[in-house]
Amino acid sequence: MLHVNNFHVNVEDTEILRGLDLTVNAGEVHAIMGPNGSGKSTLAQALAGHDAYEVTDGTATFLDNDLTEMPPEERARLGLFLAFQYPVEIPGISNAYFLQSSLNEVRKSHGLDELDALEFQELLAQKMELVNVPMHFADRNVNEGFSGGEKKRNEILQMAVMEPKLAILDETDSGLDIDALRIVSEGINNLRDPERAFVLVTHYQRLLDYVKPDFVHVLYQGRIVKSGGPELALELEEKGYDWIREMNPA
Amino acid sequence: MTQVAEHTDRAQYQADIDTLAAADTNDTLSALRDAGAEKFSEMDFPHYKEEAWRHTNIKPILKSTFRTHIGASSASVTTDDLAAHSYTKDGLVEVVLVDGIFSSELSSLDTLPDGVVISSLATSEASMDLLGELVNYTNAFVALNTALVQDGVCITVEKNTQVDVAVHILYVTTGQANTATHPRNVIVAGESSEFNVIESYVGLNDESETLTNGVCEIVVGDNAKVTRHKVVSEGASAHHLMTTQVTLGRDSRFNAFAMTLSGQTVRNELCVKMTGPGGHCDLNGLYLNDGDRVIDNALFVEHASAKCYSRMGYKGVLDGNSTANFTGMVLVPQDSQQTDSDQLNNNLLLSDKAVIDTKPQLEIFADDVKCTHGATIGAFPPELIFYFQSRGMDPLTAHGILTYGFAAEVVDAIEVEPLKERLADYVFTKYSPN
Ligand SMILES: Nc1ncnc2c1ncn2[C@@H]1O[C@H](COP(=O)(O)OP(=O)(O)O)[C@@H](O)[C@H]1O
Ligand SMILES: [Mg+2]
Repeated sequence: MLHVNNFHVNVEDTEILRGLDLTVNAGEVHAIMGPNGSGKSTLAQALAGHDAYEVTDGTATFLDNDLTEMPPEERARLGLFLAFQYPVEIPGISNAYFLQSSLNEVRKSHGLDELDALEFQELLAQKMELVNVPMHFADRNVNEGFSGGEKKRNEILQMAVMEPKLAILDETDSGLDIDALRIVSEGINNLRDPERAFVLVTHYQRLLDYVKPDFVHVLYQGRIVKSGGPELALELEEKGYDWIREMNPA
Repeated sequence: MTQVAEHTDRAQYQADIDTLAAADTNDTLSALRDAGAEKFSEMDFPHYKEEAWRHTNIKPILKSTFRTHIGASSASVTTDDLAAHSYTKDGLVEVVLVDGIFSSELSSLDTLPDGVVISSLATSEASMDLLGELVNYTNAFVALNTALVQDGVCITVEKNTQVDVAVHILYVTTGQANTATHPRNVIVAGESSEFNVIESYVGLNDESETLTNGVCEIVVGDNAKVTRHKVVSEGASAHHLMTTQVTLGRDSRFNAFAMTLSGQTVRNELCVKMTGPGGHCDLNGLYLNDGDRVIDNALFVEHASAKCYSRMGYKGVLDGNSTANFTGMVLVPQDSQQTDSDQLNNNLLLSDKAVIDTKPQLEIFADDVKCTHGATIGAFPPELIFYFQSRGMDPLTAHGILTYGFAAEVVDAIEVEPLKERLADYVFTKYSPN
């Protein structure tokens, strides 16, 4: 589904990703872990198409489409979803309206009929139940006045509505208390599907107790320096990121 | 050149003043007109060099000649013509004036609750003691309005009366080329009363150049609450100048919404004087500008008493070559301690060629005050646009939705539901991408 080869990405003329390789197949859950500043968000943003992240070498394909020249909205319509580490607030626009517009853009691109407000309302209610967010999320402006935890849960709701093929969750678990983490994890698990893949970018092993990954990768200084199964996350938890630093001296 | 142009202009106004004076109307307004005429003869039109008018380009108004409608309009207006602007179907009380003159056929006053009296200025004796008592001749246009006043609306709300239904005053300009109307309203809310009013200024013709030169006087009694909505939907070639002067008693509350949707030149001047402690005024505005139009909001709030609160929250969306000007002056004299005042003017520029001049200003002479002011001018941050893109929406769609959201924030604060809905639809249709 996703093939990333020798991926090099610059931010403001500084090379952040330096030859990263990653392959994700349908149905798989990958965790990408790494210390702060290692390039996790850079990978997520570059795959989503943020133009501050310049791909200088390598390839990235998603469902056999070359991502590197594709506008972000087309990536989203193809089924690539990014849950932001820091979701923005959108004044004056209700969540319901935002999500309805979003879903309809995706549906249009697939030649499907747009949903009217009533049809969408019904769908939204189902999705809200599925990922366990309160009804007042619908009428509130997108992320405006939301707590950190509410913003993360709102990203999960958006994912539920958009039904992506590949969801990249950038530290969706950071800053959540244990109850919120449980709700978010359940939301993710409820969306697991043989047709859908997840890339969980996380700093902490904690999330992986709730959402079991098939693969764990360690990202350090712009490269994947170690890959393994779920046990790698536990080993990291035990030994700390210094272990990685020592293995990969600058 | 300007001198000559202004002279010509005055000649037509003077001729109309003379015509009205000569007519044997036995009109109760004639004394007021005489006073206005005298003032008018003493005053010059505002000069662009005057700070308060620096950005209101009134040259086109001074260069053109506007003949004032004398008596009832010859144009016929039907309820169908008004359908898009009327709120009678929503149950509101409605007073309609066509080219400045009250129309009893088009008005719907049947549902007027007890305790409220609405009258046409031309026929009401009662209004006389109120009219003109309040007005300050802040500029020559106010004097001109007074000199040529023929009709308008007077509303009095009795003490302790809570009026649940909003009153809609609808001024319609039929749009005979180069004509002027001079709307005049007086609203007096008695002690502990509560009242909602909508004033709409609607042009039915986009081609002809017309002038609406209005004055509105509002008295909010002690402990009373008045919410006033002004909606400017003038024709595309119309000029609209209006001065509103408001006096607040102690513990009173004045909420205002100034919504400018259309018109070639629009100036909303709003002067509020807070005369007793506990006064509270909340002044909101939205202006949607495009083409080569000019919109000016000039606000003056005088904290003439201690312990009052005032807030200004104005937002503008500017496209094309349009120009907007915001002046927000708050005056706090030395004795007005414990004043609390906030001013904010946020502008969204959709084009490089649009011009905004924003001047939140404070003149504070007291020392125990809390005043803030600020202004923002800008476009949407790229992070916001990217967020939309990551959800499948292209940048054009993102801009449309965000612009709608920016403007909708002002609309959402309106409590008269049918008005809120109609304005939200308007903003949505104007900016939404589909
Ligand atoms: N938009 C940006 N502008 C400037 N520098 C950035 C930007 N994004 C990331 N960086 C830099 O790239 C490096 C990697 O950051 P990031 O990908 O956010 O790491 P992580 O998510 O692993 O903590 C850091 O040194 C960071 O300062
Ligand atoms: Mg990060």
